[in-house]
Amino acid sequence: MISLKNISKSFGSTMVLKDVSFEVARGEVVCLIGPSGSGKSTILRCINGLERHDGGEILIDGQPLSPSTLRAVRGKVAMVFQRFNLFPHRTAAENVAEGPIHVLGQPREAALDRARALLADVGLGDRCDNYPAQLSGGQQQRVGIARALAMSPRAILFDEPTSALDPERVGEVLKVMRKLAEQGMTMVVVTHEIGFAREVADRVLFMDGGRIVESGPAKAVLANPTQARTREFLDRVLNPL
Amino acid sequence: MNGLETFFSDATTFLPILLRGVVVTIGLTASALVASLVMGMAWALMGLSKSSAPRLVSRLIINTVRGVPIIVQLFYVYFVLPELGLQMDAFIAGALGLGLAYSVYQAENFRAGFASVDPALIEAAEALGMSERKIFVRVVLPLAVRVALPPFGNTAVMLLKDSSIASTITVAELTRAGQLLAVSTFKNMSVYTLIALLYLAMSLPLTFAVGQLERKFARR
Repeated sequence: MISLKNISKSFGSTMVLKDVSFEVARGEVVCLIGPSGSGKSTILRCINGLERHDGGEILIDGQPLSPSTLRAVRGKVAMVFQRFNLFPHRTAAENVAEGPIHVLGQPREAALDRARALLADVGLGDRCDNYPAQLSGGQQQRVGIARALAMSPRAILFDEPTSALDPERVGEVLKVMRKLAEQGMTMVVVTHEIGFAREVADRVLFMDGGRIVESGPAKAVLANPTQARTREFLDRVLNPL
Repeated sequence: MNGLETFFSDATTFLPILLRGVVVTIGLTASALVASLVMGMAWALMGLSKSSAPRLVSRLIINTVRGVPIIVQLFYVYFVLPELGLQMDAFIAGALGLGLAYSVYQAENFRAGFASVDPALIEAAEALGMSERKIFVRVVLPLAVRVALPPFGNTAVMLLKDSSIASTITVAELTRAGQLLAVSTFKNMSVYTLIALLYLAMSLPLTFAVGQLERKFARR
């Protein structure tokens, strides 16, 4: 469903992605882990064209990503952001209905009804008319997930969806994500939540210095990493003291 | 008769004449405000352009217009342009001249508004697949307006007061109507007190109206 072939990307003279290749099958949940600055977020941003990759090819459902296919691709691949990025001048329901109304051209009332149903699914049925500033971080991120779902995407990209949350609020977002995974949503998740990766991901990719250092089934990579760099990273994350 | 009685008896005689000036002042201010918003938005959008030529032109216009006194700009539009073959009615010359003079302040207000929009929100809209035009109308503009409104209110009140400069190019607005009354009656105190009160009677509601707008847009 998503296929990256030999992707490279530089910011100025700094090479942030070096020959990155991987595939995500339909219904698969792939977690990208690794230290800050390793290129995880840049990969996600390349997949839906927020950043333009310099070399290599990205295929979404067999369709190559290019300026002319960009908007079609964005209709298929939704994004959830670390800092939620909700529109502050619109209510939760309006945020969720924004894409369906103004990109997909759905009638306003029908789109708002569906938005309320989606918000109810993520446990925010009573928060539809609140503005983002009136919601906690965890609630805002669940609105962000509902906003992504409203586009009926084939896949959702999550860019550190719980990194900006109070520790107590992380669980409510991860639960929603686990439910999506169980429903068969294709997901690529950049995360520091090793527990989530172990429990929910089919596959884990460990990145460092712009390369994929190690990849494989989640439980195997996380329990018995073969690469020294992966072991070092996991050891620091799991035993910070 | 004491002073206050004189003032009130003068007021009943002068007010009908001055109110005709008030009508012209309101019309002039409103026209100049619209002209300044249209031109100001144009300068601001040129300033946001990806290519450098429009940005340069925008900067040039803003710095030039801001550096020339408003009264000179009005004289230029009303007295110089006819020599170049562009004749216009005093009211239109006043509205255009004031509009141009104020467009640069509006442009700076808009620019501050645009600069305040979090790029992450534009990315969120892009990620939804919104077109550039939709992003501007649905995300950038409403958020920019929210920030630009308080300085806009200030600019609008200043424009109302500076519309009195159009009296120098024979527009029969409030100040001009008052001057004519004062020189023909010598009742300076009554006339200029009435003029001051009439300007206040316009500027205070204007301030209030902009405040209401701010509240409407600020809903979280």
